[in-house]
Amino acid sequence: MLKRVHFGPSVLPYLLVTPQILVTVIFFIWPASQALYQSLLVEDAFGLSSEFVWFQNFEELFIDPLYWDSFSRTFLFSFLVAGLSMSIALCLAVMADRVVKGSSVYRTLLIWPYAVAPVVAGALWFFMFNPSLGILPYALQFLGYNWNHKLNGNEAMALVIFAAAWKQIAYNFLFFLAGLQSIPKSLIEAAAIDGAGPGRRFRTIIFPLLSPTTFFLLVINVVYAFFETFGIVDALTSGGPANSTEILVYKVYADGFIGLDLGGSAAQSVILMGIVIGMTVIQFRFVEKKVAY
Amino acid sequence: MSILKKFIAPATLAALVGSTALASAASEIQWWHAMGGANGERVNKIADDFNASQSEYKVIPTFKGNYTETMTAAIAAFRAKKQPHIVQVFEVGTATMMAAKGAIYPVEQVMKDAGEKFDKSDFLPAVISYYQTPDGELLSMPFNSSTPVLWYNKDAFKKAGISKAPATWGDMKTASDKLRSAGYKCGFTFGWQSWVMAENFGAWHNIPMGTKENGFAGFDTEFTFNNASMKKHIGNLAAWSKDGTFAYGGRRGDSLPMFINQECGMWMNSSAYYGSIKKQAKFEFGQSMLPYYKDMIDKPQNSIIGGATLWVLKGRKQSEYKGVAQFMTYMSSPKVQAWWHQGTGYVPITTAAYELSGEQGFYKTNPGTDTAIKQLSLNTPTAASRGIRFGNFVQIRDVINAEMEAIWSGEKTAEQGLDAAVKRGNVLLRKFEKAHK
Repeated sequence: MLKRVHFGPSVLPYLLVTPQILVTVIFFIWPASQALYQSLLVEDAFGLSSEFVWFQNFEELFIDPLYWDSFSRTFLFSFLVAGLSMSIALCLAVMADRVVKGSSVYRTLLIWPYAVAPVVAGALWFFMFNPSLGILPYALQFLGYNWNHKLNGNEAMALVIFAAAWKQIAYNFLFFLAGLQSIPKSLIEAAAIDGAGPGRRFRTIIFPLLSPTTFFLLVINVVYAFFETFGIVDALTSGGPANSTEILVYKVYADGFIGLDLGGSAAQSVILMGIVIGMTVIQFRFVEKKVAY
Repeated sequence: MSILKKFIAPATLAALVGSTALASAASEIQWWHAMGGANGERVNKIADDFNASQSEYKVIPTFKGNYTETMTAAIAAFRAKKQPHIVQVFEVGTATMMAAKGAIYPVEQVMKDAGEKFDKSDFLPAVISYYQTPDGELLSMPFNSSTPVLWYNKDAFKKAGISKAPATWGDMKTASDKLRSAGYKCGFTFGWQSWVMAENFGAWHNIPMGTKENGFAGFDTEFTFNNASMKKHIGNLAAWSKDGTFAYGGRRGDSLPMFINQECGMWMNSSAYYGSIKKQAKFEFGQSMLPYYKDMIDKPQNSIIGGATLWVLKGRKQSEYKGVAQFMTYMSSPKVQAWWHQGTGYVPITTAAYELSGEQGFYKTNPGTDTAIKQLSLNTPTAASRGIRFGNFVQIRDVINAEMEAIWSGEKTAEQGLDAAVKRGNVLLRKFEKAHK
């Protein structure tokens, strides 16, 4: 039997965690509670008159068909961004893993886009796809296709998805590459000796062994698409045309900062907060335990 | 809450010490504005010249981003009690600012309290009527006001054999067809679509946008811009968007490159693009009045302004408002206004500045530059053409923009889109009414 060791009560551990708790309270708990409180108010922009209305801001959101549109749009956007960026990153990682000569150069170059700020990424794509100045609409014209994402909502959506996915490829690539390199070479060699070709080896050995990485990245990518794509959407389409690229996080900004509807905007951020909490729970519960190594 | 004391008190103290140290020479007056690029340099020059003209006050202009960002920044600053003395707010924010009675210091009151000479009759009626209370008190100082005009490519017109600028929408179609058969991609395009194609379309044809004198007579106003005339007009534009007569190029001024690159021969947008077009266009251009429908009105009424005014915010030292008043007088003096008007294409805000520009021969050497002012003062403004004053209008404009985009792309008919815009707009109006009871 283990012998229990008892320490006398001491303030030292509390002192040691105090800075972390302070940071959490000041930068997370306090603003979050402010948002919660604000979501229960109807207030004018200057904060001169406010009325406590309980859950009316939420009720208004839930009966607003545009809010539900934004919800489904966000899910579509997130899964397409995650799917696209992860599949491209996986392809690149598998290729880069096989390169023998100059592999560090390849890898470094592939990681570059991650260092580009979202707004700058947005600006880059903005110029490439600008209907009257961009190089790609110009090229598409030769194929007989008239690209105008300022008018066509589907084109606008495709554009923000590409830009957002492109930005995330580098990050996914890094993790996939690390995952690939941690797969024991002996396993793959054994399979090769048994006569499995590269495709078969990938399907039956590499991909299953990568599943923890894949699942982790899926959660990270969905969170990214949900919350960190604001800069890209803002620079490329500002949510338009006809709200066709207005994802939830952009709507919070548009209603709160442009529309100055603080209560409605706060209610939306509270809902987003709920989604993040849900995703974090999923990540901790399942990523750590359920995915077989 | 000893933490608060520990961290925040020293920070505030430091800020106070810092600001008093700087303010020892002249009282500083903060002016937040939304003028980037060339116009931003002009704003700086106005402030510098004012500072050089006296030594008691120092006006410090700060660029805070686009109109929306500037307004939001000022509101956030007010909530944190760090507001600037003067903030430039665009015309659609007027109702929001007006409703914030505890935050704003009506400019007429500022002038009176400071004992500064101020005569409202010096100003152009079409410009100041937008910013007056129902009793006639001027709330904010007009600074940069413009109105939409029809810009056209003279070289393209020559090539297509069009003799003069279109006056009616029928002429617009004919001219566009000629331009397109001469090889141009589209006849016309426009920007700031809610302002140009809804708000100004209404005023130009003397049709109200909403009840209660377009909101001037109370917050309990409702939209009526889904009327038959508007539906006809938007329906025409939708059909023209489909057949290529009109090509949509985005919100605000995003469609300017289509005019500059000579894709479209005509562009309807603010007269304040004069500076940009002059700088960028590699062709002869002209401006003329907006087209109208002959079957809706015999002669057009008048157009309404856009642009921004300077609002004074409460809560700073009373002595500093004297400097604000002096600066307002300087800024609206004929010399400064004429210089500002001629360089930017914004309309002069006073009659004296308009006359001075005429005496200096500006309209002779730059024909067409008085289009905006002529259009604004074509007739005495009516209840439907004085302007608009709707709460939450920043958001409502976005609703109108979004519905219009759905119409241009053919996703909705003009009728569906306008009905939806009115319905969604009314919800926002009620929300505003409720928040300002």
